[in-house]
Amino acid sequence: MQIYVCIKHVPDSAANIHILDDIRIDEKVAFLLNPYDEHAVTEAASLKQKVPDSEIIAVCLGKPDAEKTIRSAMAMGADRGILVETDDVCDSMTTARVLHAAIVQDGSADIIFTGKESIDSEGMQTQFRIGALFDFPVVTNAAAFDITSGKAVVTCELSGGRTRTFHLSLPCVVGAGRGLNTPGYPTFPDVVKARKKSIKTISMDNLSITPATGSAKTVALTPLEQKRYPKKITGNSADQAKEIIRILRQEAKVLT
Amino acid sequence: MKKSGILIEMENNRVKETSLGMITLAARSDAELFALVLDGVDDAICDMLGRYGITTVVDLGLPSDPEVRLNPAVRADAAAKAARNLNLDTVFGLSSADGKDLVPRVAALLDAPLVMDCLDVDPEKHIARTSQYSGKVLADIQLTGDVVIFGIRPNAVQPVPAPAQPRKMEMAWNNPAVENVGLVSWEDGEDGGQASLTEADIIIAGGRGLKNSDNFSLIFDCAKKLHAAVGASRVAVDEGWVPYAFQVGQTGEKVSPRAYIACGISGSIQHFAGMKTAGMIIAVNKDENAAIMANCDYHVQGDLFEILPELIRQL
Repeated sequence: MQIYVCIKHVPDSAANIHILDDIRIDEKVAFLLNPYDEHAVTEAASLKQKVPDSEIIAVCLGKPDAEKTIRSAMAMGADRGILVETDDVCDSMTTARVLHAAIVQDGSADIIFTGKESIDSEGMQTQFRIGALFDFPVVTNAAAFDITSGKAVVTCELSGGRTRTFHLSLPCVVGAGRGLNTPGYPTFPDVVKARKKSIKTISMDNLSITPATGSAKTVALTPLEQKRYPKKITGNSADQAKEIIRILRQEAKVLT
Repeated sequence: MKKSGILIEMENNRVKETSLGMITLAARSDAELFALVLDGVDDAICDMLGRYGITTVVDLGLPSDPEVRLNPAVRADAAAKAARNLNLDTVFGLSSADGKDLVPRVAALLDAPLVMDCLDVDPEKHIARTSQYSGKVLADIQLTGDVVIFGIRPNAVQPVPAPAQPRKMEMAWNNPAVENVGLVSWEDGEDGGQASLTEADIIIAGGRGLKNSDNFSLIFDCAKKLHAAVGASRVAVDEGWVPYAFQVGQTGEKVSPRAYIACGISGSIQHFAGMKTAGMIIAVNKDENAAIMANCDYHVQGDLFEILPELIRQL
């Protein structure tokens, strides 16, 4: 099987984000493989164990520095990588077009894994756009995945313990959620091996893409800080419980 | 005149409060407001939608068979066709559990720009405000295109009545070609009554302080009494005390309840990423130096194994 995994190079969630010129972030922070994409790569690797002749190709749109993130995906099991280079910040309509074009140029996908969202722009939509461009079925927030009798069987999580199980014809696009698997830390030999794997670099300008008619453009960024002024609830536990109920009733007005 | 469509979510055959909030948001422009209803329309639903300003209630005519009606690919196909047939300029949907699997599908089918998890929208200028970078940044995003789509964070806007006399319209549903994805089974959880995390008015969440999965029943019992949804910190889901679907935080759900009660949760940056937009935060923690104690509205320093049973008893 040709297994493609779409990955993104994102700032570490623990990094302090500084905003420059009210429009962009200071990129001098640690970047890494988007956490949900780790689940996507891990699932691709376990699928390859079941279908031994498979090849896993990690595809990434990003700045040249994103090579590091492709190497991380390789240490987790990707066989080779494709980096489409750009210094632009692309919206998801453009990103999906680029990833679609890069995959079409490379080969014939049997399955495409992505993360359910990226932790930087939190758009939650690129997987659906890739699916629409290929005309492949898509599911998102996958928590269980298998292939039986030529179909993907995927269970997806909604909130509150609700799940939906789908049968998808192949090829298909699967957006990985956290419940799907537990990504392992790559071993040192894995990391060394990853350094020798091949990454093909393409300039975004060299891919033929039909631009979307619409666009999403960031016009301002501001730090999200909500200063709260804590008040202490005192007394014994019965008093404290009573006061919590009063606050919920009279101040938050969420209890009748 | 511009036309806006609002994807209506229902629960127990009633319009969800969070859907009514979307109507109030959409009504900030002078567009004609269409309610797009996927789960059947009756007079009570029409009346309710009219009360908040809908002028046309559109029944998308999906069959009642749940295998078809609950399939998000089928729902998205019907919604996208309606948007095209009605020549909508703007589509609003919820960034709820179901909405996250519907709204982006509609955007992909229409090849239209979308901002999910909007905290606010200017429907005239097509600028949406959303949080990014694990809740550390507010981004204002400008959409352009023939159709633009906004996924609204539940509870971002409280509904305000604005009575209109809606007309009803039915769309013919013709079995769309989505046979490449079939819904084969669905599970609504042991407790179908548990309020959806992203849409709840009150969330009570537990963390490391609960110590084990048995103790987590205290949170569930309290939630039942409060009619609240249950949330959890990353530690609680990683330890397997509750499923991942309960996690609030940067890698879990982003929520904006009117009240968030954090029990035995220290309040990491990653946890705050998921709940910092809550209307009110009440922290119950043994450790007065826990980060959450300095960034909440009320804190109770004490033993949650004493306070929670008291709360349950008094409610």
